[in-house]
Amino acid sequence: MNDLDQYIDLFSANRSTVEEHSPAALNALRDHALATLQQLGRLPEKGDEGYEKTSVNDMFAPDYGVNINRMPLPVDVAASFRCGVPNLSTLLGVVVNDRFVPTATLKGNLPEGVTVCSFSEAAEKMPDILQRYYGKVMNTPNAHCALNTLLAQDGVLIHLAEGVRLDKAIQIVDIFKSSFPLMAVRRMLVVAEAGAKVAVLKCDHTQAGSEKCLASEVVEIHVGRNAEVEWYDIEESDASTSRMHNLCVCQQEGSQFTACASTLTNGTTRNEFDVKIEGDHTHTRLSGMAIGSDTQHIDNASNLRHLACHGHSDQLFKYVLDDNATAAFGGSIEVAHGARFVEAFQTNRNILASRGARMHTKPQLLIYNDDVKCSHGATTGQLDAKALFYMQTRGIPAAEARRMLMQAFMVDVVDTIALEPLRDRLRHLVDRRFAGERAGCRECGSDCR
Amino acid sequence: MSDEILLKVTDLRAKVEDKEILKGINLTVRPGEVHAIMGPNGSGKSTLSSVLAGNPAFTVTGGSVDFHGIDLLSLSPEDRSHEGLFLSFQYPVEIPGVSMVNFMRAAVNAKREYFHEAPLSAGDFLKLMRQKRAIVELDNKLASRSVNEGFSGGEKKRNEIFQMAVLEPRLSILDETDSGLDIDALRVVAGGVNQLKTSRNATIVITHYQRLLDYIKPDFVHVLYKGRIVRTGGPELALELEEKGYDWIKEENL
Amino acid sequence: MNQDNDKIRNSAETDEAALINEVTEGDYKYGFVTDIDTEIIPVGLNEDVVRLISKKKGEPEWMLDFRLKAFRYWQTLTPPKWAHLNMPDIDFQAISYYAAPVKKEGPKSLDEVDPELIKTFDKLGIPLQEQKQLTGMAVDAVMDSVSVKTTHKEALAEKGIIFCSISEAVRDYPDLVKKYLGSVVSYKDNFYAALNSAVFSDGSFVYIPKGVRCPMELSTYFRINASGTGQFERTLIVADDDSYVSYLEGCTAPMRDENQLHAAIVEIVVEDRAEVKYSTVQNWYAGDKDGRGGIYNLVTKRGLCRGDYSKLSWTQVETGSAITWKYPSCVLAGRGATGEFYSVAVTRNHQQADTGTKMIHLAPDTRSTIVSKGISAGFSENSYRGLVKITPAADGARNYTQCDSLLLGSNCGAHTFPYVDVMNPTAVVEHEATTSKISEDQIFYCNQRGISTEEAVGLIVNGYAKEVMNKLPMEFAVEAQRLLAITLEGSVG
Repeated sequence: MNDLDQYIDLFSANRSTVEEHSPAALNALRDHALATLQQLGRLPEKGDEGYEKTSVNDMFAPDYGVNINRMPLPVDVAASFRCGVPNLSTLLGVVVNDRFVPTATLKGNLPEGVTVCSFSEAAEKMPDILQRYYGKVMNTPNAHCALNTLLAQDGVLIHLAEGVRLDKAIQIVDIFKSSFPLMAVRRMLVVAEAGAKVAVLKCDHTQAGSEKCLASEVVEIHVGRNAEVEWYDIEESDASTSRMHNLCVCQQEGSQFTACASTLTNGTTRNEFDVKIEGDHTHTRLSGMAIGSDTQHIDNASNLRHLACHGHSDQLFKYVLDDNATAAFGGSIEVAHGARFVEAFQTNRNILASRGARMHTKPQLLIYNDDVKCSHGATTGQLDAKALFYMQTRGIPAAEARRMLMQAFMVDVVDTIALEPLRDRLRHLVDRRFAGERAGCRECGSDCR
Repeated sequence: MSDEILLKVTDLRAKVEDKEILKGINLTVRPGEVHAIMGPNGSGKSTLSSVLAGNPAFTVTGGSVDFHGIDLLSLSPEDRSHEGLFLSFQYPVEIPGVSMVNFMRAAVNAKREYFHEAPLSAGDFLKLMRQKRAIVELDNKLASRSVNEGFSGGEKKRNEIFQMAVLEPRLSILDETDSGLDIDALRVVAGGVNQLKTSRNATIVITHYQRLLDYIKPDFVHVLYKGRIVRTGGPELALELEEKGYDWIKEENL
Repeated sequence: MNQDNDKIRNSAETDEAALINEVTEGDYKYGFVTDIDTEIIPVGLNEDVVRLISKKKGEPEWMLDFRLKAFRYWQTLTPPKWAHLNMPDIDFQAISYYAAPVKKEGPKSLDEVDPELIKTFDKLGIPLQEQKQLTGMAVDAVMDSVSVKTTHKEALAEKGIIFCSISEAVRDYPDLVKKYLGSVVSYKDNFYAALNSAVFSDGSFVYIPKGVRCPMELSTYFRINASGTGQFERTLIVADDDSYVSYLEGCTAPMRDENQLHAAIVEIVVEDRAEVKYSTVQNWYAGDKDGRGGIYNLVTKRGLCRGDYSKLSWTQVETGSAITWKYPSCVLAGRGATGEFYSVAVTRNHQQADTGTKMIHLAPDTRSTIVSKGISAGFSENSYRGLVKITPAADGARNYTQCDSLLLGSNCGAHTFPYVDVMNPTAVVEHEATTSKISEDQIFYCNQRGISTEEAVGLIVNGYAKEVMNKLPMEFAVEAQRLLAITLEGSVG
């Protein structure tokens, strides 16, 4: 029995309610999403190609509540939330479950040409933008993307008009707060028109005392000609949280895209990164880090498709797994026929720190062209015993030496972050995480775990 | 020199995997002394230094080591360091991602904690670094880099002596510190070692060639061969070895 | 000046195009058909056919049972689709499952072997007359479904080594066969393994007793001759404690427009401290330059390193077949066991290869090394697919994998699909892969030293494959180099 059916049934029974609450651009794609799901017939299960260690179906199997009726939310959470990355940005928006709450500073501080608002607001302010980009970057057929599209009623739009370059980062904080098992259908659309520049930081949290929850997240990013987008994603949720996340990016000529996704604490997470390079002379950098302990499960799957010439891409994913943590990395680089002079590199390095930890790696190259330079490397092992001994001979206790080496192991991932305050902050979070402290934001008033 | 004994190695035996390399080493070092241990390749020189520092790749199969009244072999590598044992590595290890500053601060403060002292303030620590760097003319830029990563051969060895200066050991073991050094670097490194010499600490210089001993004058020279010290003498023994090579030692000990 | 440069570049491009053309169209010299009487049973597969094959081979009841069990299981399966291959559905009812050169009562000596057959194998460079043979190599020649002749049997028997066709082994050494057949590759392993277990016709059996180093290379030469048939051979090699054997496998087939199926099983058991080297030079007919015809080579090869400190080494040079689907694997079950896989796979025209290995580490201190070199040209697709699995019990296990792909021309594909599962924190697993075209700098360097582009490509490709070629036994290495030269004809001087 596949658990997709319960969601299709839910949608069919409540279609009019869903559509009533949603902008037209969202409703326009539901038939296609439904057809895709019916055709696929099921959500991916463990063992399916590309899903060797993670069952999407199991993540969606529990009986979650879905906020079909757009019930009002406890506003105090948004009001009391303080950013875990201080001094980074005043441009803060909060998504509580699946409802977007812009802060006053966000509303007041946006320069001309920058829009950060909910889809429903966008449907009134800039309906053509929503119409033009929503659901267009997403890769199909993908069961989770289709399911999210089927059920999404709102989302966050970040739009930068042509040539607008925003120096400050925009931060979107996703928080779970629910007294019953809840699935949040989250959706984000980032559009950087030609020559625009933006950095977005997304943080996922779960508030203490919340029930079991599932985040269904689809983020679409359109990187226009010569535009630059930086995308940072930090998950610090808890063991009761599942996250199914699709990041779908398309890059136009001369554009640059950087993404760094860090999973520090979580329950079960599957992150899919799909980057489609459609224009020539692009730069792409994809990195990720996962720190797992207890029974955390982290699965990152990247799929980078070079469809144009002179593309350069770098991928770097690192994992440190302790206790009974399990993780997977699947990375594929595809260079299409005719995509000449592409240079694509991928590295995956993992450390297993305990007997119970498990790592599954599957780097892939699919090359249909001879004018390329492509490589991938993957290693799974332990900390360097020689370095450990060297440090001990200098008097550094074994446990501390080990911690320093683990932090050092993650340094190059942290260094891919261009925003200095965020880089420092993430380094700090990583250090604390390895020091055994819960990485959750002490500075934050929202009492996340 | 004094009657006090700093290090007493008695019938030390050790193996790596299943191969016995040290076959009964006896060695006594007093404060203020410089000992040179020489010997042909594969005689066990580096194994001796590794075993004294507590490298887990080697297994001690017999004997004992007394280090100013403490059973050295019962200590972890870090506690041996705290107690004043310093090993200058033949091949200093590169540790990507760990900056020299963080590395040394962790080392200094771990030692202070061991002796129940408060950690150094950032200002005091940096002052200490500056002061010690001068001894080996170590470039300030190296401090911000990862430990030994991208250092030249000479820089690595100077970095070792710099760490020795910071940690102020009671016994320093210099394992083939001259290997891979040109004459200028050798002079700087040896100069550093000599500056750090006091009547309270001691040095063991492990070397294949006599060259280093022109700069660091030994009081005793030991010849290690096939896991045993087969001959002990004064500085003249090193010169004799330089002249005659190791073959006569090998013949004597067939 | 600029114009001159353009001219030079143009001529270089033309050269390259011509070169790639030649690469794409090298001739296949083993494509002839031998005209001999062949007994072929009607096409189709059902229980009666399985019984008929068993009867023709005069098999005991237990062997028939083995086949029937496998057949019944096969009927519940569908062909696997996961490989990166574009393979038309095979009509398993349109194939004849048994073809044998008509013979008298089984050749006792060479005089009784049909002269046509001797000629055939001579033409293939495999002399069956012992006096003509390279000393130091014993050959089992298999034509279509049956073993034609095994040489040097007596000399080997003196050392207690058994080297014979598997049909003879079923008859003469039933206990050994019963003990080991299917013990490494169960009929339940996969679709083609089940099919092979039901209908396998012949193949070789090797048993090396305790403490014996096999004094010569053992070799099986497979030849498909009849049309409309498939070949389903089965090889079983058992190396008892402290023994050593080097085994070679070669294969060819006539040029035909139809696709013919080759679904073999190779099982190897390696006991304590024993070592087996298994080398393959696969040169089945690959189809013509438009992709018509050629062999579908769908093979299950696996060795069980059951003994402590046992060692199994696979070396393969894959140049033939329209489609190759094979993953010679090592199950490292004994402490300190070592598995190796060295592969060169060349594809051109419309060939497709999806090949690689599995290294399953079950015991402590096990080691594995994988070196895979793919070379694709023309419109071909060349994939490496591998699994490295370190189980919780495999403390201190090590794996090193390197797979490189070289692309000649812009219409081919090179793909890498490694799966790495690590369940033990004391293991170290390293995987590296690169894909590139032949470096223009290297070619220019060679040109500057007076070496033509054509020759340079040959040198570079040979150098690129060398690490693997060096693992082949001497006699075979020469053969393999020649084969690589023919396959990349025009590019190798």
